[in-house]
Amino acid sequence: MDELCTGLCKFMVESGADAGLAQFASLLVGVLLVSGVPLLTVIILIWVERKVAARIQDRIGPNRVGPLGLMQTFADLLKLLGKEDITPTSADRVLYNAAPLVSFASVVLIWVVVPFTPFHFGVDLEIGALYFVAIASLGTLAIMTAGWASNNKYALLGAFRVVALLVSYEVPLVFALLAPVMLAGSMSMLDIVNAQTGMWFVVLSPLAFVIFYISSQAETGRAPFDLIEAESELVAGFNIEYSGMKFGMFFAAEFLHVFTNGILMALLFFGGWMGPLYYESPLIAFAWLGLKGTIIYLTTLWLRNTVPRLRIDQIMAFNWKFLVPLSIANLILLSAALKILQELGIAPRDMLSAGFVDVLPTTIIMLLINLVMVAYLLGILRRHGQEFRRASQANQRTLAQAASGAGD
Amino acid sequence: MNVLNEWAFVGLFALMAPVFPALPIVIAWLFRPRKPNVLKSSTYECGVETIGDTWVQFRIQYYIYGLIFLVFDVEMVFLFPWAVAYNEMSLFGFVAGFLFIFLLTDALFYAWKKNALDWK
Repeated sequence: MDELCTGLCKFMVESGADAGLAQFASLLVGVLLVSGVPLLTVIILIWVERKVAARIQDRIGPNRVGPLGLMQTFADLLKLLGKEDITPTSADRVLYNAAPLVSFASVVLIWVVVPFTPFHFGVDLEIGALYFVAIASLGTLAIMTAGWASNNKYALLGAFRVVALLVSYEVPLVFALLAPVMLAGSMSMLDIVNAQTGMWFVVLSPLAFVIFYISSQAETGRAPFDLIEAESELVAGFNIEYSGMKFGMFFAAEFLHVFTNGILMALLFFGGWMGPLYYESPLIAFAWLGLKGTIIYLTTLWLRNTVPRLRIDQIMAFNWKFLVPLSIANLILLSAALKILQELGIAPRDMLSAGFVDVLPTTIIMLLINLVMVAYLLGILRRHGQEFRRASQANQRTLAQAASGAGD
Repeated sequence: MNVLNEWAFVGLFALMAPVFPALPIVIAWLFRPRKPNVLKSSTYECGVETIGDTWVQFRIQYYIYGLIFLVFDVEMVFLFPWAVAYNEMSLFGFVAGFLFIFLLTDALFYAWKKNALDWK
């Protein structure tokens, strides 16, 4: 993107255009190129999501419009264009109309820092990881605004749950994000990917990946964390008053957010475009990134269509009493172990220039530490489950006794 | 691309990003039918009028979660530079970061002990 922009800028100045204007135009072309990727993918994603959900539920899914139902999204788009757009009279009009725009924009904005190949990216911000966290929380704000501005009780309940759910799960998300930042010693997305030349970070810190995965599933508001929409309780949650294209934008933003998270996880933990022959051509690198991102994306769809919704107290307890302490413990263990290994001279101080052989001993030790932690965690969960089952059995027994007592 | 240009790109992207969702909404605005009536544009409910105001005081528990989140979010911003400098850090800086995380955890356990984390 960099070369393209400067090249285009130079060409325009040479052909007699104003320098400032040329720079602006070349930047605009760059913006349109980068944003084109998410905007085009979202059209396919809607079809993929519906098809996958249908197959998991033993249905066929869209199959009428076009081959394999591929044109279904376009048909839906046309239908949405002709739908009446109802704004309730009691709604806060400015916020009501702004919310779908912010919701979609916040997801597209993440793609600024997503490098597609080693040479093709929007910009390589030095604070890429932090930028992603900041922009992703804009989406939370948009949902909250939508629920509040609708002036509907169901919508407002959905908005309250945003405060509880999305905001809370941001804490373990950021703690898990610190692991790749620490390993790479940089917040730039490009550096984080390049630092995985020796070993993918998912192998060095699998727990951080699991925490990131769970909390990003919560951030997108997908099952088992779909409390903000909760069709069966809140009708549709925060977007209940929205109709027509404005509803469509929330819909598209959510679908795109899930895929964006898949790509981000591929970049942060699975070595991005690293794979056989990636240096041969940018296309192969791009294909590797797309493949990894898609696989992670499909697993999130799988999860969404398999697990039931949790209660809000369960979700909050899981986050604050399990995920947050776990993410802190993971951070402490990871940083302490890595520092000790570095002081002993086993772990490389600079991951960017470290090869596979340099990282191998560190990897083995890290994997062992993570394994011990997982075993310990499973022990805790098992004990907790046993206690819970015993309590519920006792509860049932007292209920049965009370019922039989009433019968006499 | 220099730093200024990078941020110009981000700024331009931020300006353009709301345009993408706005475009279909505006196009839909040109095509869509307009037949408003009083019932249609009233608040969505199960046929009866909503009782009372929507924008009222809500459960304190949401505020408490918001407050705990705020503490963590602000402190995590300070952890990012620590993580970036991690590889070149001396033992002193490393231990200082540890103390910081310890204080953070301390606050969490205090909230836990005070039952602030329980959904009531």
